[in-house]
Amino acid sequence: MADVIVVGAGVVGAACAYYAARAGLDVTVLDRGPVAGGTTGAGEGNILVSDKEPGPELDLAVLSNKLWRELADGVDFEFEAKGGLVVAETPAVLEQLTALAVKQGVEHTLAGDLAAYEPHLAQGLAGGVFYPQDAQVQPMLAAARLIRAAQDRYGHQKVRLRTGVTVTGFLRSGGRVTGVRTSEGDLLAAAVVNAAGTWGGEVARLAGVHLPVLPRRGFILVTEPLRTPLVRHKVYTAAYVTNVASDNEGLETSAVVEGTPSGTVLIGASRERVGFDRTISLPVLQRLAAQAVALFPVLRDVRAIRTYCGFRPYCPDHLPVIGADPRMPGLYHACGHEGAGIGLAPATGHLLAQLLSGQSPSLDLGAFRPDRFPAEAHS
Amino acid sequence: MKDLAGARPEPAFEITVDGRPVSVLPGQTVGAALHAAGIRSWRTTRFGGRPRGLFCGIGVCFDCLVSVNGSPEQRACLLVARAGDEVVTS
Amino acid sequence: MNAYDLVVVGGGPAGVAGALTAAQAGLRVALLDSGARLGGQYFRHLPASFHASREGMLHHGLDRFVRQSGTLERLADLRLGHQVWAVTRQEELLAVHAVMTSDGPHGHPVELPVVLRTRALLIATGAHDRPLPFPGWDLPGVLTAGGAQALLKGNLVAAGRRVVVAGTGPFLLPVAAGLARSGTRVAEVLEANGGLGLAGHPWLALSKAGEAAGYAATLLRHRVPYRTRHAVVAAHGERELTHVSVARIDRDWRIRATRTVECDTLAVGYGFVPQIDLATQLGCDTGHDLDGSPIVTVDASQSTSVPGVYAAGEPTGVGGAVLSELEGRIAGLAIAAELGTPPAGEPPAVPGLLLRRRTRLRAFARALQQAYPVQDGWQSWLADDTLVCRCEEVTLGAIREAQRLGATDARSIKLLARPGMGWCQGRMCGHAVACLAGQAPQPPRRPLAQPITLGALERISDDKPN
Repeated sequence: MADVIVVGAGVVGAACAYYAARAGLDVTVLDRGPVAGGTTGAGEGNILVSDKEPGPELDLAVLSNKLWRELADGVDFEFEAKGGLVVAETPAVLEQLTALAVKQGVEHTLAGDLAAYEPHLAQGLAGGVFYPQDAQVQPMLAAARLIRAAQDRYGHQKVRLRTGVTVTGFLRSGGRVTGVRTSEGDLLAAAVVNAAGTWGGEVARLAGVHLPVLPRRGFILVTEPLRTPLVRHKVYTAAYVTNVASDNEGLETSAVVEGTPSGTVLIGASRERVGFDRTISLPVLQRLAAQAVALFPVLRDVRAIRTYCGFRPYCPDHLPVIGADPRMPGLYHACGHEGAGIGLAPATGHLLAQLLSGQSPSLDLGAFRPDRFPAEAHS
Repeated sequence: MKDLAGARPEPAFEITVDGRPVSVLPGQTVGAALHAAGIRSWRTTRFGGRPRGLFCGIGVCFDCLVSVNGSPEQRACLLVARAGDEVVTS
Repeated sequence: MNAYDLVVVGGGPAGVAGALTAAQAGLRVALLDSGARLGGQYFRHLPASFHASREGMLHHGLDRFVRQSGTLERLADLRLGHQVWAVTRQEELLAVHAVMTSDGPHGHPVELPVVLRTRALLIATGAHDRPLPFPGWDLPGVLTAGGAQALLKGNLVAAGRRVVVAGTGPFLLPVAAGLARSGTRVAEVLEANGGLGLAGHPWLALSKAGEAAGYAATLLRHRVPYRTRHAVVAAHGERELTHVSVARIDRDWRIRATRTVECDTLAVGYGFVPQIDLATQLGCDTGHDLDGSPIVTVDASQSTSVPGVYAAGEPTGVGGAVLSELEGRIAGLAIAAELGTPPAGEPPAVPGLLLRRRTRLRAFARALQQAYPVQDGWQSWLADDTLVCRCEEVTLGAIREAQRLGATDARSIKLLARPGMGWCQGRMCGHAVACLAGQAPQPPRRPLAQPITLGALERISDDKPN
């Protein structure tokens, strides 16, 4: 019997397993697919502080940024401390960006000479703000290697990864969760962590609790590998910040452009609430291309060779769900991180491990409470 | 070789490959012309620096990429050569 | 908006037959192909500027194909040099998205988007060689069998001076025979599967057709050794190929003994991979060919599961040029019947004779496929540092490490170790990676079936319909 069962072998589940094992707990990670096969596998690997409004999520992001740097010292997942550059098209937007940066209180520089940061940026932009803490990892490697690091450091007997195992229900006794039913039989544990990402709502439903996690689709265009890097940092327009926080169901896009160690350039970002529809939308791809070319005209002659979509796990208030579920003792949640799951994973795992081992979390989890949503409307 | 198909090709023209002249029969692809001239390795990979040239020959594998007249990463096996083309290998 | 009745993608035997049949029935037809000439891989032929009087020497049935192409040119809208990268549904129609390169203002080539709208689509995108990885397979001088063939048939260039032809399947014979006739020294032909040598070649045994016999005679005349249960298991050389390791192998393709053969060129192929990207983009049902390759499922009229979308030739299962042409013709007749308004009492759209011929040819294709399977023993030819993915330079060792990290299928291996992420998008290594993952190859998910510049992509809606 494990102390903890983590449902989901994405980056959040991996971080939960890593920190729980570090706290001395015995962990089993389950995934119905392979490691990192869900939203983590469709992510860009963003570790951002720049796009968060001041408040609990920014606090979480700052803690997580620190933890990612610690983890990167010893675990190889292509951590790139490249920094993020947010650019403004007009002086008015630049003013808003600057004001936000001051409110955020994180390390930043006003980027007056944009060309010094990004020589290929379009002419005529008003300016930008540079956030040196913004970074990127290869998210699939990060998830897989975090689990491996937990095994290597804390014992292969203490940390087990079981792929291809589907959770079909919860075991309960005396009003508490005591384990899960799976496609491979029942598994007992003192605690179960729901780290099922976009499918976190479904897992919660199996346990009989309501958690409104919904998919918010995003497309990414991937270019041919470039011999000479054209984009040094993560570069995005101010519109990204407002889109991230928006409640709009319809299509929203903003330019997010960054190079990767493999030489490709990743181009995002789109947001739409269309369920789990994987049909490729050419209008979305067209907009992503147009916005990227507007920001970096040099990309006009660069070819896209691949595109894919993923589903961000989105909650109505755009905040993740982290903590014990008061409605169902023994059940914990670590999901609903929307587009920030990679960045927020270590802090989520760290704080949850504190809870699991009976300590009080070093950051107030009040804003991320699982029972903060109104009960499901019955129609 | 020409007897094989009863071919009477039109007069050859020249292209340059890294500045060196290479003779081409009208209608041949850049890749075929290089191959015919004994140039079979014209690209190095970005991680291992491994030599590459034609492999699939039909535009699928992208191993034969060259720069032609300043346009980078062209598939040499698909691109029909034109007189005076400047081919640059990488 | 003036849409086509039928857009055909692919100008090989299936596409040309389908387009011609439909156009002759009065439909408004466009055919797109990425090449500079019609022909596809099988009827790849020399440019007109070669004034080749005896080109039929290089091909069976070329003259007939050229006549068909000539008629098609008059009856349909031919769009050569067009690379189709996506097909989407647009209300009642299908939108076929292609790019073409044209000379820009300063002679600098510019890629332009082209969109054709159509009531019906025929996918006739053929197949490409299926290579298997082995140590040194990325050395210049190692070509696919189809690549060697393309050099000869399309450019009149011999792939090398001293060539080894290896792999499995009937295609090795025309490749070796063509090279031998062109004066190239073909050192050996190595067939990994069994049989009783050339005389007992299943192709000869299965068909009394003259084509296979002709190739066999050519090889005998040029004294080219033909060895079964032999394979090239490593290629060697500094910057180019200088020699190969040839192995005698057992039924499962495990190495029994090796020797060295000097050569400057290796032409290697282990069958074909049908190109079905456009079909999977549209959500057409797929199945598996006898050899495990994903193929498009079609009904008796070559119709896929998606209304208005037809497929013919190799995408429905590898069967060669004759079957491809027949399937194209059947599809053309079926589409004409579907889109036209045949008067009452008309005979059935597709004559039973054609359907019976197709049944016979498919049975023959299946028998050939059964005679030339790919056996798992090839995996034992690889060392840890052997490249499996040429584009991203991913070794077998990296793939095994991804599996140890919890990647249990080809897709997650790709996410962790990057095989298939590069330029070719897994077309060269996809089969091998699936085998290494212990899986049958899955239908491709390639929303971009061809690279497209961001400059063209941002302008896809500028294009005026047709």
